[in-house]
Amino acid sequence: MEHFTLLLGVVIITALVFDFTNGFHDTANAMATTISTGALKPKTAVAMSAVLNLVGAFLSVEVAKTISGGIIDEDGIRTEVIFAALVGAILWNLLTWLLGLPSSSSHALFGGLIGAAVMSAGWSSVNGSTVVTKVLLPALAAPLVAGIAAAFATRLTYRLGRGTDEKATAKGYRAGQIASAGLVSLAHGTNDAQKTMGIITLALVTGGVLSPGSNPPVWVITSAGLAIALGTYLGGWRIIRTMGKGLTDLAPPQGFAAQTSAATVILASSHLGFSLSTTQACSGSVMGAGLGRKGGVVRWSTATRMFAAWGLTLPAAGLVGAGAQLLTEQGTWGTVLTGALLVGGSGTIWLLSRRQPVDQHNVNDIGSAEPAGVVTTAIAAVTPPPTAAQAAEAAATTDTATAEQAPPLRATA
Amino acid sequence: MNIDWAALGSVFGVSLVVTVAMVGVFTLGVVGLARREAAVSRQGGTALATTGACLCFAVCAAVVGYGIQLIVA
Repeated sequence: MEHFTLLLGVVIITALVFDFTNGFHDTANAMATTISTGALKPKTAVAMSAVLNLVGAFLSVEVAKTISGGIIDEDGIRTEVIFAALVGAILWNLLTWLLGLPSSSSHALFGGLIGAAVMSAGWSSVNGSTVVTKVLLPALAAPLVAGIAAAFATRLTYRLGRGTDEKATAKGYRAGQIASAGLVSLAHGTNDAQKTMGIITLALVTGGVLSPGSNPPVWVITSAGLAIALGTYLGGWRIIRTMGKGLTDLAPPQGFAAQTSAATVILASSHLGFSLSTTQACSGSVMGAGLGRKGGVVRWSTATRMFAAWGLTLPAAGLVGAGAQLLTEQGTWGTVLTGALLVGGSGTIWLLSRRQPVDQHNVNDIGSAEPAGVVTTAIAAVTPPPTAAQAAEAAATTDTATAEQAPPLRATA
Repeated sequence: MNIDWAALGSVFGVSLVVTVAMVGVFTLGVVGLARREAAVSRQGGTALATTGACLCFAVCAAVVGYGIQLIVA
């Protein structure tokens, strides 16, 4: 019993940490274009997004009943599996943040769950066709849908706005963009904070603290909302820079079209029964807005790196999740070691990020002469150390995952 | 494998139509405001531009309100 309570506590803390990384990873979705077009000052933008995420967490009445939406068999899922999955998701979120690549936090969580479940109960615990319909297809469809809508909207707004003074209209566009960004933030708070609540509730139920089918206690809702809001407020500036400036150059009308398209796609998809990933929709709409303007360009080298990260999210988080599961199966020392590796890995990534800090002061500075500069140097900075550092920590499992992730990124650089 | 193409298609259709319509209406409002400013500086009539712009923004506000309702519900 004593041991179980410890594990339960660890899972709850890890879930909140995942919620936190989810927050700062996804700030870009709502606020990247708002910051890059100057509609809001960087700090104001993230503060607004944080507040709306917090409000969103309390708004939702329906709590996520499954954490994977049927991708894995959740009957009799053990607390260790949830913990291992969270470890995989957190490490992948942090690595993609270090590289400044927008990738889906939900896909990272799914990947971690798949890896941990396969390691724990074999391939039969994974529902292959649900992976295709809930992860792969939405990942392909979201950027296309949002991109095409944003491209048409951009074209239309430039045509209608012909012959007007650009300065006079910019103010209006920026105001509209803030409204769209607010909607995206609110929707994010309801969806993603809810996921964490679902995880914690499930862990409490499996731990026998709550009876099955009960609603999350108030402290779960509050802590999940606060964790995601705090993460959002800290701001994943690296990802904001890639999305707002790295993919394309956005003028206020484009930023407005992109953000409106993203908000519409997110709301339409979650209410018409075909869920699309927020991150992919937002990245797609930014590229669509870039292509929709006459003479607009999309920096395909950055986009390719982002696509590679999308493709790698599931397998990479899965490998780390599987490795973490292998360790936790060894008993208490394995769980403690996994926790230590998670803390060590996160610390390493944070230290690496200090070499070239990106914050609210330089988030909009990107040399347009060398569009790939930031990411390339970030990759150059990261490629050797993690492998070395993690080998030193004798993390054979996370090691293979890093090796798995690194080469394709290096190849595209 | 059961892919719900109808749902995907409707998401695509609705997203495209709503985005383009919203951006279009909002742009008309913004352009209306800009015209109004220009008319004020020329001392011309501003009634039409003002009414049009207000109408456009009211439509946009209604759609945003509907969006919030979708999130809350």
